[in-house]
Amino acid sequence: MISEGRVWKFGDDVNTDLIIPGRYLSSYEPAHLARHAMEGANKDFASKVSRGDIIVAGRNFGCGSSREQAVVALKHAGVGAVLARSFARIYYRNSINLGLPAYVSEDACTVLNDGIVATIDSRTGRISSKDGKKLGQFNPPPEHLRAIIEAGGLIPHLQTIMRPSPRDRP
Amino acid sequence: MAGRTVAEKILARASDQADAKAGEVVEAYPDVAMSHENTYLVNKAFSEFRLAKPWDPDKIVVVLDHRAPANTAETAAAHASIRTLVKEFGIKNFFDVGEGICHQLLMEQKIVRPGQLVVGADSHTTTAGAVGAFGTGIGATEMAGVWATGHLWLKIPETVLVTMSGHLEKAVFAKDIALHLASKLGPSGADYKCLEFGGIFLFDISISGRMVLCNMAAELGAKTAIAPADSTFAVWSPECCGRDGVACRSDPDAEYSDKIELDVSTIPPMVSGPHKVEDAAGVEKFEGVKINQAFIGSCTNGRLEDLIAASWVLRGHKVAPGVRLIVAPASRQVLSDALDMGVAQIIVASGGTLLPPGCGPCLGAHEGVLGAGEVCVSSSNRNFKGRMGSESAEIYLASPATVAASAIEGKIADPRRWLTVDL
Repeated sequence: MISEGRVWKFGDDVNTDLIIPGRYLSSYEPAHLARHAMEGANKDFASKVSRGDIIVAGRNFGCGSSREQAVVALKHAGVGAVLARSFARIYYRNSINLGLPAYVSEDACTVLNDGIVATIDSRTGRISSKDGKKLGQFNPPPEHLRAIIEAGGLIPHLQTIMRPSPRDRP
Repeated sequence: MAGRTVAEKILARASDQADAKAGEVVEAYPDVAMSHENTYLVNKAFSEFRLAKPWDPDKIVVVLDHRAPANTAETAAAHASIRTLVKEFGIKNFFDVGEGICHQLLMEQKIVRPGQLVVGADSHTTTAGAVGAFGTGIGATEMAGVWATGHLWLKIPETVLVTMSGHLEKAVFAKDIALHLASKLGPSGADYKCLEFGGIFLFDISISGRMVLCNMAAELGAKTAIAPADSTFAVWSPECCGRDGVACRSDPDAEYSDKIELDVSTIPPMVSGPHKVEDAAGVEKFEGVKINQAFIGSCTNGRLEDLIAASWVLRGHKVAPGVRLIVAPASRQVLSDALDMGVAQIIVASGGTLLPPGCGPCLGAHEGVLGAGEVCVSSSNRNFKGRMGSESAEIYLASPATVAASAIEGKIADPRRWLTVDL
């Protein structure tokens, strides 16, 4: 899977109250959530982000609440992938489960500047510039997660395999 | 073979294996699967499977606590749809508006037992570790996967052992230990790990206090936190001992990724300044900061013990003019006990406002939302920018005693001046 988009850069510890504050959570409507995406960290983000854009962040992206509306807000705002030095664990699972690719990368934060257009290849972990020049690398996710990402999220993944539970096997 | 940690043992049992080690990815079968208002989202995702019922309605717990009573018509509609589906699926462990906070009810209703695996669609599910269970937070869609299949993948975490010794000084509580740990370890200091609490100090600390430590572990990035069940637990829940639930503890030769020694007698009353939990220091650093609102409540500090501590501070005093003291008991039981003991009356007589049991203003949805430039001192767990309302508001975190003392003075205050008894 190859995605290309403008880079939006953020720092360390971007928490879920910055991604989507609790006061907007009374409505579950994705379009409503998307209008307030990243409001606490960058007021212009929601109005300027385009489909396929890439968020690049530092350590512990998505820390705080388990609210998966954080992922819904970013995904419906158009974000195509998030690359961070590290992710908070519930956010990371939510992101994979809702089909928004999240990749751990030390390089991304160093080599990608805000506003440039970058291309990322989920298979090889290659980060390139618009003209194809290699800029850096990220670790492709482990096998059991790649299957979920490629299916587009946990629900479609489980629907395709709907494994009989190991406890139910004869 | 090296010994195993309590986290390794619980996940081995939950994944039907004789042995399992940190780093392994297992398919684990939760004993309890809890969700709150986001049950609405869980069910929306679950409906895509077109299954008649979840895998085991008896293992599901649903609590309406985050926006309870409903703050908007949309929330009311979500609550109504949840009431319909718990009936349809035959989910018996359903707690409607006013019963209390999910993490409190899991304990108070004795739903969680030592040695169990608890998944909750809430980050503070780590609270279940107070009774020796493995509690961990997941998202709503993942919970839908659990509803459909009864299992989920989990990587067995490494464990950091926190060995606590000494006794707490006057006006110092479990919350102060938690804020101290946050200042030492930072917001990702226990990332993906289990924080295990041990040491002689555990004998000093109640189940309520253990809940505070395990709850706040979420603010250090921990996957789970466990205070192994011991004699304190046995006294708290005699009906559970020797029955279902396998109390287990770490082997003496278990492998830890890190060990922290903590003499709790060196910890002063702590305050965490805006907008990061780890920006915590002794109360002196923040004393004198003028406040508009003081909040006592949340899954962190809304229990009877917390309301009692606050009432000892407030007794015979009045909340400062211009300050709103808001108190939300963690459950109906807590409220009922606080009324029986005269604790609620003291809070009201001092000028405090009691809210219905639930999450209250902690997450900024209702019941005490902060306006532009306002300052709140809160016994809750997060002081993130914009969490309780306006982005220009400031949230300071502290123990209920410190919050109560601050309410009297109208500014962040040292509880040692006001708490004249040893609790």
